[in-house]
Amino acid sequence: MALALGGYFSSASNVFTGSLVNLQAWFSTRFVAVQDFLTAPRDMAALQQRNTELEAEVADLQAQVIQLQQEVGETQILAALVDFSRANPENTYRAAAVIGRDPSPFLHYVIINRGSNDGILRGMPVVTDQGLVGRIDAVIADAARVQLITDPASLVNVRLQNAEVEATLGGSVTGDVTLDQIPQDTVLQQGDLVLTSGLGGGYPPDLIIGQVVNVRARDFDLFQQATVQPVVDFNQLQIVLIIVNFKPVDFSPLVPVP
Amino acid sequence: MRNLIAAPVILLAVILQSAMISRIYLLSGIADLPLVMLAAWAMQEDVDSSWHWAIAMGLMVGFVSGLPWYVPVMGYIVVVALAQVLQKRVWQAPLLAMFTITFLGTIFINLLSFIVLRIGGTIMPVEDVLGLLILPGLLLNMLLAIPVYAVMRDLARWVYPTLEVE
Repeated sequence: MALALGGYFSSASNVFTGSLVNLQAWFSTRFVAVQDFLTAPRDMAALQQRNTELEAEVADLQAQVIQLQQEVGETQILAALVDFSRANPENTYRAAAVIGRDPSPFLHYVIINRGSNDGILRGMPVVTDQGLVGRIDAVIADAARVQLITDPASLVNVRLQNAEVEATLGGSVTGDVTLDQIPQDTVLQQGDLVLTSGLGGGYPPDLIIGQVVNVRARDFDLFQQATVQPVVDFNQLQIVLIIVNFKPVDFSPLVPVP
Repeated sequence: MRNLIAAPVILLAVILQSAMISRIYLLSGIADLPLVMLAAWAMQEDVDSSWHWAIAMGLMVGFVSGLPWYVPVMGYIVVVALAQVLQKRVWQAPLLAMFTITFLGTIFINLLSFIVLRIGGTIMPVEDVLGLLILPGLLLNMLLAIPVYAVMRDLARWVYPTLEVE
């Protein structure tokens, strides 16, 4: 007792208590592990059920998020189209949703959900808030087919805003649009804005089509050519506007019959 | 009564083609679901209505598409004719016949479309049409061939159950 109180056993007691603590820790961890193992099946089943419930809830919420994102996207598109129609009050517009594309890869047409019941007629121009899309090619009661300006058979009379010259714009099977009939003495630059000229009466004037991205001028050609980047993304067309107060000019009575 | 199944199936094929398949591009080529479905249907032994299907499907596609109506009608009739010929010759290897019909049918209908549009005045470079439209479309049709064949075989067994028992 006297030796212990004097501190002579401190090192021995430290070794002893340390061993006891380690031993207890060893037993404790093993016991907890065994207890977990024995009680786990009951908890696991409850957890699995809870997990299933939560996964179902997450799936529901994700579906809601996707639906809401889609609605937000549509609302943004509609808001932009409303802004566009307010900014261009000279035209009367009717909105339509794109519900399909032409089954043939050779043609660039889209199908919209407005037809003759809504006052749509063949030849009416189709636009978005960004620019020109095409024109109505065929109409039935509740649907219509729109020929895009990227279609290989499409031809639009255009003017270059900076150069003040007129040209024609044609589509292709790959969806690229090209300017042609540009006089050789015209100075073209990348970024020049391409607008409809209104010549020929097929489209109203001053609708934006795109920008010049590449010019091909060869000395032995009669005209220059240029590639145009359209402002409209034709792969993402969802809602379009039809200009219903525009009447295209029909030239067919003036064409001489052979 | 068996022929009535044609109406919903053809409508579904054309709607799916226009609303979904036509938006899935490989380069500039797209798959032709009605063609593949028709080829698979005409391959089935007991089916006797494939000619009607070809005409109805061709008229439906011609109605939706900007192509002249006779292009899909002629194309699909040739597909059925090919299927009838090949079905009797390679009847022990239906998948091989299916691939052959899909391959030849796709080439024929695309070339026919190209020729008709060229005659109509549409300018299309041959190399673009071959490399960017026909070959990618051919690949997509080949990919569609096996699952569509399985679906159409099950449909044929459902529509013609008695003949199969015999």
